[in-house]
Amino acid sequence: MSNTITEKSVYIGTTDEFLERVGRTVVIEGQSLAIFKTAEQIYALEDRSPHPKGGPLNEGIVSGHYVYDPLYDWKIDMRDGCVQAPDEGQVRTFPVLVEENKIYVTMR
Amino acid sequence: MTQKQKLVVVGNGMAGMNTIEQLLKLTDQYSITVIGAEPHPNYNRIMLSYVLEGSKTIDDIVINDRAWYESAGIHLITGKRGTKINTEQKTVQMDDGSEVDYDRLIIATGSNPFILPIPGSDLEGVIGFRDIEDCETMIEAAAKYKKAAVIGGGLLGLEAAKGLVQLGMDVTVVHLPDYLMERQLDVTAAKMLEKELESQGIKFALGKQTTALKGDTRVTGLTFTDGTELEAELVVMSVGIRPNTELASNSGIEVNRGIVVDDYMQTSVPDVFAVGECTEHRGTCYGLVAPLFEQGAVLAKTLAGVETKPYEGSICSTKLKISGVDVFSTGTFMEEKQHTTITMHDGWKGTYKKIVMQDNVIVGAVLFGDIDDSSRLERFVKKGELMTEELYAELTGTGGCCGGGAKVNVAAELTDDDIVCGCNGVTKKMIVDAVTIDGLTTLDQVKMKTGASRSCGGCKPLVEQVMQLVLGNGFDAEVKEGICGCTTMSRDEVVEAIKQQNLHTVAEVTKALGWSQPEGCSKCRPALNYYLGMLWPTTYQDEPASRFVNERMNANIQKDGTYTVVPRMYGGMTTPQDLKKIADVSIKYNLPLVKMTGGQRIGMMGVKKEDLPKVWEELNMPSGYAYAKSLRTVKTCVGSAYCRFGTQDSLHIGELIERKFERVDFPAKVKFAVNGCPRNCAESCTKDIGIVGNDGGWEIYVGGNGGIKARLADLLCKVKTDEELIEISAAVLQFYRETAKYLERTSDWVERVGLDLIQRNTVADVEQRKQLAKRMDIALSRTEDPWQKVLKDPKLKETLFEKVVVTKS
Ligand SMILES: Cc1cc2nc3c(=O)[nH]c(=O)nc-3n(C[C@H](O)[C@H](O)[C@H](O)COP(=O)(O)OP(=O)(O)OC[C@H]3O[C@@H](n4cnc5c(N)ncnc54)[C@H](O)[C@@H]3O)c2cc1C
Ligand code: SF4
Ligand code: FES
Repeated sequence: MSNTITEKSVYIGTTDEFLERVGRTVVIEGQSLAIFKTAEQIYALEDRSPHPKGGPLNEGIVSGHYVYDPLYDWKIDMRDGCVQAPDEGQVRTFPVLVEENKIYVTMR
Repeated sequence: MTQKQKLVVVGNGMAGMNTIEQLLKLTDQYSITVIGAEPHPNYNRIMLSYVLEGSKTIDDIVINDRAWYESAGIHLITGKRGTKINTEQKTVQMDDGSEVDYDRLIIATGSNPFILPIPGSDLEGVIGFRDIEDCETMIEAAAKYKKAAVIGGGLLGLEAAKGLVQLGMDVTVVHLPDYLMERQLDVTAAKMLEKELESQGIKFALGKQTTALKGDTRVTGLTFTDGTELEAELVVMSVGIRPNTELASNSGIEVNRGIVVDDYMQTSVPDVFAVGECTEHRGTCYGLVAPLFEQGAVLAKTLAGVETKPYEGSICSTKLKISGVDVFSTGTFMEEKQHTTITMHDGWKGTYKKIVMQDNVIVGAVLFGDIDDSSRLERFVKKGELMTEELYAELTGTGGCCGGGAKVNVAAELTDDDIVCGCNGVTKKMIVDAVTIDGLTTLDQVKMKTGASRSCGGCKPLVEQVMQLVLGNGFDAEVKEGICGCTTMSRDEVVEAIKQQNLHTVAEVTKALGWSQPEGCSKCRPALNYYLGMLWPTTYQDEPASRFVNERMNANIQKDGTYTVVPRMYGGMTTPQDLKKIADVSIKYNLPLVKMTGGQRIGMMGVKKEDLPKVWEELNMPSGYAYAKSLRTVKTCVGSAYCRFGTQDSLHIGELIERKFERVDFPAKVKFAVNGCPRNCAESCTKDIGIVGNDGGWEIYVGGNGGIKARLADLLCKVKTDEELIEISAAVLQFYRETAKYLERTSDWVERVGLDLIQRNTVADVEQRKQLAKRMDIALSRTEDPWQKVLKDPKLKETLFEKVVVTKS
């Protein structure tokens, strides 16, 4: 994980613009991300369920570093995007950096 | 490094892939190629019935997607058919002429539906029911045509018929014998089944033999031996299956009815094995999944060079996958001279039980209506259990003080490799491991981990017993139902603990009560949020993060991520002004569909998330709560205000009730109906609370439901005045709020707690009723229109509904 701001880092807003444990969509150059803020951490995931039928992820229920897909209830680890057993799959994740309340996402 | 051996599987179906899954757990000595004629990856064929009926999609039933094959290093070839095996050169030829080499080969080609050799069977619109393509053909036909016939009243035929009824077709099942499922049921059970299915909309033509199908290009009807005819634009043949042996017989492999295999699934040719429905083992060809998991286990071990018991055949049980119909049969269920039987037929409850014994040994059973004993009976038959006095008392519910002594745990008698869940091939050991190694304690968790009880659900009692066996007193089957995998506490224990320990937030609850996951999961968080709000109505801070998306967004999310908006219309009444606003807003936001809902409201479908606040603002109408576990609608008839039969003013009372009880949270959604007289035009009997006017006052009905599990409401009481009507309604609703499990509809609640208890608390005990009504008023006093709330709070509006759009410079 790159933990410094590089030219690939994109500023998406300040921490108070995101509710705790309520996802929000951020669109960066056409790519939709679901941003989740927890007490500890901010996560950025591709805003698309890994379920074959897709659908948005940002409306899911957040618990610790997991999010439950709102339409199919798959449990997804927000740290690495891995879907938990017995379902399988992985969501793309993006590194997030917070500096003085400013949030940056690194696109890759 | 030694070169891996080449293993080729022909047939990408359930048996072949289950064998490979089991093999991969044992060894990586093979480089594997799979050839499948269907264009799809491997899917759960038995769930096709659900796809047809519309409760599952094809994606839902995929077992292994393409990514799985890739990650397991399997070379998957789809859309090609194996045509010939050269057993000398050890190659398989495919229909496009290409070839693959093998060191060892598995044939798992399944079976084909048997198509009756009668004139017209090749007409368009005549199909079998076997694969995704058949399913798609039926779904397309249902959109275009009205009448369907299913030939064959067996398991598959009935499931097909039910699916087609669900798709809106007029369906007749044509069956040669005089009663249904004659291969699985006896006459009594079959007649009960027929009656039940008739009430679900399936028609029957029994004792009829089809002689020909009529039509020029597409089928138009059937003719029978007795000269009668039946119109049909779609004909599904479901008269049996034939093992698919073409490939084997083309290649000089011994074939009888199926491909002949020994107890290790070896065919007549060295290094060629066969598994699943294409095989014939000791003279038997199977047509259900349970045997193929057992065969797969033996074959996987054989291929991996691990020692294994021989495969000695399977005893089959059947369960029909039609909701509302519980039938089960196992072993020999048709008695002959040498058999004795125990039968119990309860015509009132609609249950039937028959146990067949030979020399006191249990050899078969049929259950209808109540199939709780299915897994035990299945076990008894497998083991050849002797009928004893105790067993008799237990199975017939005649012994002990309260209908039978303690039930014996069958699970103890299972060996590690015994299959507990036939649909998903889950063995006892897999469940035991899930409990002992992964530390799981609830049925839900085990279901998630292993897949057991995920498909037909017939194995649920046995899965519970296995868990019970391992966990001992730590497992309470009842508890596992209500609440989630984060805790072993039941709903009542949780609610009691919240009160006792004075817990006020979700985080306090999960911490104090030792939740395994500190922030809970998608099941318990909304439940706790509800319980806390119910217990502390004046102080609890609702947590939007613990609500389902619909309730957080105050609109119903649709599968494409857009939302539906339903404005409130008290008692189903609106005004031309409001209608005009709805029309204007729908046009302005380009909504694809405006639809009347079942509860006499207007649904505006297809609103984009970011447009929601604007739509609400421009409508300037209260939220109709169509998304919420709350009062949805009060359906009314026109009553005495307009109707010549009306004795009571249902419109007025309907509006009053809706205004009074709107917005407060309930364990599940709540619907009312109010009628001006017993003609019941607004359908009280299927509502949570149904009110029917008569000359001297009102009747109050509770616990009706028109959904998945239809239930007629029970009469709670009769009242004289409108005041009593409102007070008792309030008391019932509050009693429901305080005692129901989260998500439990009133229909299930009434059945669980009993009408008696509700009557005592809300009708007979006047003091108690007043207390309940008062607590309801307190809860009601704290509510606020959610749409207005969002509109008044710009920050909330922005963070909850608006996307952030970033463009890099
Ligand atoms: C609608 C429906 C409902 C059912 N419900 C139940 C139930 O409730 N309970 C139960 O126990 N069983 C049920 N069954 C039966 C169950 O699905 C079968 O027992 C099981 O699928 C058999 O597995 P198999 O691998 O032997 O055959 P299949 O699953 O049919 O797999 C065989 C595969 O091989 C392919 N193939 C055939 N020939 C070739 C070739 N030459 N080259 C390449 N590929 C080839 C076929 O296209 C097919 O994909 C149901 C079946 C259907 C159709
Ligand atoms: S229920 Fe009675 S009062 Fe109401 S519309 Fe029907 S007939 Fe008229
Ligand atoms: S046996 Fe059908 S789900 Fe387990």
